[in-house]
Amino acid sequence: MKALEIKDLKKTFHSNFLFKKYRVLKGINLNVEKGEIYGFLGPNGAGKTTTIKCILGLLFPDQGEILIDGQPAAAVASRCRIGFLPENPYFYDYLSARELLFFSASLFNLTAAEVRDRVAALIHQVGLSGHQDLKLRKFSKGMIQRLGLAQALIHNPDFLILDEPFSGLDPIGRKDLRTIILSLREQGKTIFFSSHILQDMEMMVDRVGIILNGSMRREGKLSELISRSTQYYEIICSHIAEKELAKIQANFACRDGQYSITLASDSDINQVVESIIHNNGRIVAVNQVKMTLEDIFFNEMGPSRPATTGPHRPATTGDSR
Amino acid sequence: MKMKIKAIAVNTFKESARNKMFYLLVFFGILFALSSKLISFLTLGDAIKVLKDTGLAAINFFCVLIAIFTGINLVYKEIEKKTVFNILSKPVSRDQFIIGKFLGLALTMLTALAAMAGIFFLFVALSGGGFDLKIILYFFMLFLELLVIVAISLLFSSFTTPILSFIFTVSLYLIGHIMWTFNEFKLILRVPFWKYFTQALYYLLPNLDKFNIKNEVVMNTALNPWTIFFSVLYALAYILALLAVTILIFRKRDFQ
Ligand SMILES: Nc1ncnc2c1ncn2[C@@H]1O[C@H](COP(=O)(O)OP(=O)(O)O)[C@@H](O)[C@H]1O
Ligand SMILES: [Mg+2]
Repeated sequence: MKALEIKDLKKTFHSNFLFKKYRVLKGINLNVEKGEIYGFLGPNGAGKTTTIKCILGLLFPDQGEILIDGQPAAAVASRCRIGFLPENPYFYDYLSARELLFFSASLFNLTAAEVRDRVAALIHQVGLSGHQDLKLRKFSKGMIQRLGLAQALIHNPDFLILDEPFSGLDPIGRKDLRTIILSLREQGKTIFFSSHILQDMEMMVDRVGIILNGSMRREGKLSELISRSTQYYEIICSHIAEKELAKIQANFACRDGQYSITLASDSDINQVVESIIHNNGRIVAVNQVKMTLEDIFFNEMGPSRPATTGPHRPATTGDSR
Repeated sequence: MKMKIKAIAVNTFKESARNKMFYLLVFFGILFALSSKLISFLTLGDAIKVLKDTGLAAINFFCVLIAIFTGINLVYKEIEKKTVFNILSKPVSRDQFIIGKFLGLALTMLTALAAMAGIFFLFVALSGGGFDLKIILYFFMLFLELLVIVAISLLFSSFTTPILSFIFTVSLYLIGHIMWTFNEFKLILRVPFWKYFTQALYYLLPNLDKFNIKNEVVMNTALNPWTIFFSVLYALAYILALLAVTILIFRKRDFQ
């Protein structure tokens, strides 16, 4: 049985004025297997948060089916085993971290002893020790995000849904979160998280689903998506006249006095290298370049985006919001 | 299931109890109630009577203010700041959320009223007035009215903005105290449609004057127990109806 199954999910928003319609989800299909980390990847405005809200019953879908453990997601009981961290979470700022966790716990059927143990353990686990009695209005965004993860874990859920969990975290926070997510998978839990940042995914997910403009573009094992994608080879050389190089290989780029030659297959490498040496050129490096998730992502986004293949593609780190 | 409602109610109460505005309004209620002592010096006649008259009016005014403000604020803020996501994404139904909110607001009003009433009683006693059971009854009836007001503001804030909720709730409060005019209208109006229309409004809108027994308390005239009994029934029925409508609206709501 799958942890989550979404079939042909559609959702339209109506603006209050002018009766304008926005088709935000145009038939989402996705499957999350038990025990895996699933990355829900897409640029801002693709429909990730909308999909997640439909899963949790905060939004009512126009059409489609959502099954959690094979049961309809609309039932209140389906949320007993789910832990949820909303996008840019906000909690009652008049409570302390500890009070918020106790309040969250009171919405599940847990015993008092269980709650006490879990609250203490989670405050430590998410790195909020020493801040547990501070009022949340004094919390930074990163601390709120950590607390948000703790409240999502309060009832020891089997299935975690995290909406942009990495946003607002500093590098240490990101590393901590990654460690926590990986250790949750070790414990056999299923994790579904969304992000618009590719680096967050590449380090840990088992499978990704790419969503663009309200439709799923690809879904699959990360290793398959990457190995199925074409690779290319790159030779970097210097001390050779451009004129000479053009005779050997027409397809090259110049950067910082070095030339980068791109080859589609490895069968030409020897010949090109020999020719360069023969022309008194110097071989700096021969690289096998694998297509990254990022490349796949930008390919999916179509020609409207600049191609970004090659080792010196612009960095896309950071929160673009 | 009851535990979840209780948790939401207690948390709602905590929110108002940790709000400075709440204390400020309770403080002003007490201040104005006590300042009636001053007025009683300046006016001729029964000092205790004046104290009761203006004191109860002050408490009434500030309690209504608290009811409207907290009622509107607490649910709207929950939706606006998206804290509602953290509750409804857990195994909590929307019905439980609304009921919990209402009970929390009721607890808030009870606390505010009890604080003001306690100090008021003390003051009347210090001024030489005896303990008056009728004043207890007055506060009880005021509490019922506050519950109706809270339920009204809860209803509005479940689907509209605070400003509109405020306007609607205040309007209903004011209309609720001049419901007798609807009977006058009935006599004036000649077209049957308008006759039935005003009649329908009369039964639909909250008749808040039913809960006002200040004249009987201050003038110390007799109260009909049956009138009180039916007023209590009326309040309960009205609150249940309001909560039912609020829940129906809330069940259908998309949280964007
Ligand atoms: N209430 C709304 N009314 C109209 N459009 C909306 C509303 N909420 C979100 N949208 C639109 O729906 C799209 C998807 O939003 P969202 O699911 O939040 O995207 P993501 O989480 O992937 O960034 C966006 O284009 C956004 O502008
Ligand atoms: Mg989003």
